[in-house]
Amino acid sequence: MSSLGLLSWPGFIPDWIQRSRFHPWLMGLILIASLLAIPVFCILLSVFLDSGDVWQHLYETVLVSYILNSLALVSGVGFLVLSLGIIPAWLVTMYKFPGRKILSWALLLPMAIPAYIIAYTYTGMLDVAGPLQIMLREFFAWEYGDYWFPEVRSLGGAIFMLALVLYPYVYLLSRAAFIEQSLCVLEVSRTLGCGPFRSFYKVAIPLARPAIIAGLSLVMMETLADYGTVQYFGVATFTTGIFRTWFGLGSSVAAAQLAVVLLMLIMLVVILEAWSRQQARYHHTSNRYSKLIRKPLRGVPGSIATIACVLPVAFGFVIPAVQLFIWARQTWSDVIDKEFFALIGHSVELAAIASVTAVLLTLFIAYGKRLFSNPLTSFIVRFLGMGYAIPGTVIAVGVLIPFAWLDNSVDAWMRLHMGVSTGLLFSGTIFALIFAYLVRFLPVSLNAVDAGLSKVRPSMDEAGRSMGLNAGNILRKIHVPMLKGSILTAALLVFVDVLKELPATLILRPFNFNTLAIRTYELANEERLAEAASPALAIVLVGIIPVIILSRSISRSRTGHD
Amino acid sequence: MKVFWTYVCLLFFSNALFATEVNIYSARKEALIKPLLDRYTEQTGVEVNLVTGKADALIKRLELEGANSPADLLLTVDVGRLHRAKQLNLLAAVESQSLNEAIPEIYRDPDGFWFGLSLRSRVIVYAKKSVSSERLSTYEALADPVWKNKICVRSSSNIYNQSLVSSLVAHLGEEKTELWAKALVSNLARSPKGGDRDQIKAVSVGQCSLALVNTYYLAGMMTSKIASEVTAASKVGLFWPNQNGRGAHVNISGAGVTHSSTRKEEAMRLLEYFAGEQAQAWYAENNHEYPVRAGIAMSETLKQWGEFKSDQLALSKLGELNTSAVRLMDRAGWK
Repeated sequence: MSSLGLLSWPGFIPDWIQRSRFHPWLMGLILIASLLAIPVFCILLSVFLDSGDVWQHLYETVLVSYILNSLALVSGVGFLVLSLGIIPAWLVTMYKFPGRKILSWALLLPMAIPAYIIAYTYTGMLDVAGPLQIMLREFFAWEYGDYWFPEVRSLGGAIFMLALVLYPYVYLLSRAAFIEQSLCVLEVSRTLGCGPFRSFYKVAIPLARPAIIAGLSLVMMETLADYGTVQYFGVATFTTGIFRTWFGLGSSVAAAQLAVVLLMLIMLVVILEAWSRQQARYHHTSNRYSKLIRKPLRGVPGSIATIACVLPVAFGFVIPAVQLFIWARQTWSDVIDKEFFALIGHSVELAAIASVTAVLLTLFIAYGKRLFSNPLTSFIVRFLGMGYAIPGTVIAVGVLIPFAWLDNSVDAWMRLHMGVSTGLLFSGTIFALIFAYLVRFLPVSLNAVDAGLSKVRPSMDEAGRSMGLNAGNILRKIHVPMLKGSILTAALLVFVDVLKELPATLILRPFNFNTLAIRTYELANEERLAEAASPALAIVLVGIIPVIILSRSISRSRTGHD
Repeated sequence: MKVFWTYVCLLFFSNALFATEVNIYSARKEALIKPLLDRYTEQTGVEVNLVTGKADALIKRLELEGANSPADLLLTVDVGRLHRAKQLNLLAAVESQSLNEAIPEIYRDPDGFWFGLSLRSRVIVYAKKSVSSERLSTYEALADPVWKNKICVRSSSNIYNQSLVSSLVAHLGEEKTELWAKALVSNLARSPKGGDRDQIKAVSVGQCSLALVNTYYLAGMMTSKIASEVTAASKVGLFWPNQNGRGAHVNISGAGVTHSSTRKEEAMRLLEYFAGEQAQAWYAENNHEYPVRAGIAMSETLKQWGEFKSDQLALSKLGELNTSAVRLMDRAGWK
């Protein structure tokens, strides 16, 4: 295993870069990161504000249940996404079985469905008043209470719903990692007498670990930030607690402080994970891949493989999509008007701008971190990663605070010195909205690109430099082509996330500006689920397109791949 | 970059370009207000710009934007939030003869900071099959142990439950209300989940016998295009609580002119339009809410429920008591 290379990288960076404290790249990195950190920082500052006796009240009544439910939720979802994500990823990469080709991309489809939508659809089907239970009662002449049926709207139900739409993050990143693993390593492990299961556990999983962990941490953060599903299911978690404290108890300060506690918990997990990862660093030793020959699975093993991959797709995508389609067919004529296409336009526009910006910033930041690897840069990058775990509404307030302050200060200054009022320049514009998306979703693209970048051997940089390339050129000519897969993954993850994003869009958007997610939410929130199906289906359809592009490019990204 | 500066310039002068417009921050969903606004624009030529969202988030936005906020009107679907906005100095008092005439005193702020625009009552629905309406009387009676495992209600995070409990605090005092809430929680058939329509569906299939819901949700199901909703609604009956006493609890949707507004006059005109006969009839017909104004024709569904006696408690009280109501429900274990 020593051939897996243990180059620690500070050594490869020439002293002049390390020593140049004012290198423009470093300055740019710090500037951008600081700007993006302001919202989270604003929330952190709330710790110093007085929230009266709200904490006393929370502590005496509901705080413990918030913590326990959140922990149960996040560990349940974590466990499920690992099984739902890694096993199919391994199967479609290494084996040939019926339906493999379609399943390899279909496994990503649940990503296009917002969590609260899948929660609504399953409730619609399986609830006590849903068609399935009504049918059962009519068929067997049962009454309510005569039979047992699992309760969808429960903690367990919430775990399933979230896992079904979030496992693709783990599937996506671990599959990319499995594909990138040089086959020689696996062959060596086989010749050393490891069976397929042992090579999976002993070689493939450790090699793919950074990617798996990256996916898992995204899932856990998104789980902790989820509001729609847990609120609908009546599960009291940290997120619902934050909003109850803010809206119900009328204390936005205590609500922000709750968010800080949540943040601290996440920071702890992130630090622990980073620390444990330091023990081992694996790089690929070779970029020469022999043509991957998938082992065919026939008979029973083949069917088992097919079933293992069909189940997540069926429950995470096909069933809810069919239900949405049935609802949409009943109501589309009331919902789809000429404005509906403007909604699609707005959604796509926001998602496209945000994902392109996110990728550019990510490349700048991730590569800057590689160039100037010191405690400051890694702290900054880590801090930026926090945004993803904070509920969107809280982030949105964190974005409102600095923009409103800036706008009002500029206005005051202009009034005083120029005699004109500039009003609000940024607040309530698309600019502020995109900024909020970046704060919230940059961790997604950073995770994807960072996982890819950490696998590129530092000697590549050295080679580039020895040929006289500067930092920007090394990034452009060496890393970007090698990271094409990771970059595309990052862009499309952000695209789909923005498409589904609701809370920040809701608060920060300009006048007369709606998206598909907002239309869906407004109808669903009025409990008009059937009407909400058309815009929800549109989100899914628009989201599927990048998902398919993504999947195709991943399978092509492997050299010597069929 | 060029695009950016054009954009900035546009922002600068946009106020000057469209002189007659009104900006609304609305907690009422777009589908339930846009048609009215369009009609207003048609009739007056005044452009109305809309941002919808959750009331508290909109209030926060208004608060942070401060004196430069572009919003002229804040519209909410409960009185508690209007009260909160007034406490935060986000609303301005306006004086309008026609508003004062159209809207009864208990449904508007005494100083003119906010005005109620439509009414919704929180009522008891019961399973026709298993419960006769004679067994029902008041909200208070829901605490009776005969209803053990028989009642469905949504989460106490919901503002309509908070307002109802606030009204009980106002009438019974905090201590008695807390006892009531505890007893209600022990009578619940299931842990609170879903929305009001979900509670109605749960009653319709016999998971519970009674539920607390807002009137327009039931009306919405009765007139729904979805057959299963209509069937579910047909299995439940509506009961007006406390008719021999103070009357059924009501809440309002309402609006106030913002403190930062530079177009208070135009904003007030729009408010007057909302309180006018045409708009009031639209609310009653399309969202099955009760008009605040007397003498408005109601939808067929509302007519069929007949007249009812409503609680005459000053609505600003509900706002004042909201926090103590939530704390009390936390203590009572109402999730």
